[in-house]
Amino acid sequence: MSLVELDNLRKEFGTGRQAVPMVAVDDVSLSVTEGETFALVGESGSGKTTLTRLLLWLLEPSSGTVRFDGQDLATLSAARMRAVRRQMQVVLQDPYSSMNPRMRVTDIVAEPLVTHEPGHRGRRARGKLRATVGELLDAVGLAPDVQDRYPHEFSGGQRQRISIARALALRPRLVVLDEPTSALDVSVQAQVLDLLADLQRRFGLTYVFVSHNLAVVQRIADRVGVLAGGQLVEVGQAAQVLRTPEHPYTRALVDAVPHPDPVYARRRKAAS
Amino acid sequence: MSPVLRVDELSVQFRLGTETVHAVRDVSLRVDPGEILAVVGESGSGKTATALSVLQLNPVPPCVYAGGEIRLDDRDLLRLSEKDMRAVRGNDIAMIFQDPMTSLNPLKRVGAQVAEVLHRHQGVSRASARAAVPPALAEAGIANPELRAELYPHQLSGGLRQRVMIAMALIGRPRVLIADEPTTALDVTVQARILDLLVELAQRRDMAVMLITHDLGVVAEVADRVAVMYQGRVVEDGSVSEVFGAPADDYTARLLRATPRLERV
Repeated sequence: MSLVELDNLRKEFGTGRQAVPMVAVDDVSLSVTEGETFALVGESGSGKTTLTRLLLWLLEPSSGTVRFDGQDLATLSAARMRAVRRQMQVVLQDPYSSMNPRMRVTDIVAEPLVTHEPGHRGRRARGKLRATVGELLDAVGLAPDVQDRYPHEFSGGQRQRISIARALALRPRLVVLDEPTSALDVSVQAQVLDLLADLQRRFGLTYVFVSHNLAVVQRIADRVGVLAGGQLVEVGQAAQVLRTPEHPYTRALVDAVPHPDPVYARRRKAAS
Repeated sequence: MSPVLRVDELSVQFRLGTETVHAVRDVSLRVDPGEILAVVGESGSGKTATALSVLQLNPVPPCVYAGGEIRLDDRDLLRLSEKDMRAVRGNDIAMIFQDPMTSLNPLKRVGAQVAEVLHRHQGVSRASARAAVPPALAEAGIANPELRAELYPHQLSGGLRQRVMIAMALIGRPRVLIADEPTTALDVTVQARILDLLVELAQRRDMAVMLITHDLGVVAEVADRVAVMYQGRVVEDGSVSEVFGAPADDYTARLLRATPRLERV
């Protein structure tokens, strides 16, 4: 079953004074199945970030439709929209700038709960809130006693775990992961990827995973869509697209990935 | 062949109040002319502190060069006066940094910035320094160099900006180039072309390159030898095929295992 359906989605920027608008997303149609990990790959400027903003309805498309669980997001009332929003969450690339440095971990992770669930507001709800946050932190592999600490006390990998806990607070169905590991060291990256796979199984999550790292995509994604110049040039099973790319752009992208095996890397160099 | 640059048992500390951070501990490295030495490690491993030590660009204080030698031919750079050191930078040893966006002056045309290096470091007149710019840009793989020299940094893509940085580093014909994560901010297809350029320049000019990176894929593609750093120490070094083929150190093995690789047919 499709959780997200994008139909002929188009986004133009700078339509005001400029004669020729910049087309950031150009006629993209795709669907994301419930429970899968769908990866969006492409280089800077390819439109992958704009596409996720449209999908999350943080930007409205110039034309085309976004459906979440069968509902056309353009037609929803404010109340219905709020109900949809809590089902879709996002984890951003930079674990340093994506949390308020003056807030404690409890309040960072609890913010979506406080916003969306009145029962978690106020002093009386504090105990319940801390218990919920404790469970969330436990789910992402952090000790419950980190609650009273501030973001600067954590490493990049730990912060990304906090971001993930925050994204899971409302038990969403969809999590958009925008380059969630590209700011992390490889050994930490591996741990965060393992955690994401584990959480997906436990909570039945659907992931849209934005990345420029094809090796990471191959490891985590079921399907992959390749963006170039705002267009979806290739889409299919991750194993197939990355091993036997059809589109010349995908092939160029795959060929450019450095291979951490000198024998293979040298051979490739000699061949070219 | 004798190494052009040798680091012997270098120790670098950062003293902050009562706390001392041992950023670099007894590190020994060498680079031969025409060779690319990769220094790999994760954040905090001391790879950048080591690279900056070679040019003495670490802020003093809090940085203290606590021991060891950095030899360029037979001179110990750690014993040079600041004035002599300034003559080494840009002439004998040049450096390029990770972020080509912040390393260029946004208010000056790129050609003028490249010319300034030659004028400042080698006392070349401004006019002849300017004349040397287009060939230097062309050697860094920039098409239409006369035209590009007149542009401002924001008018260039990330890849072109990094090529400008390379042209700027190489215009003084250094014998050693230190490249600190030169392609980390770039897209993979652009990265591949910049790496090809570095390999080509190292060979053509018989230049020693010290490439700082966290990406083992990049190491495998371009380096001749590799030194793996962990917590301020070199835990393993050797030829790339030795280290990747049979890592002797446990940390190196773990790093290799953690590196996701793209399986291809």
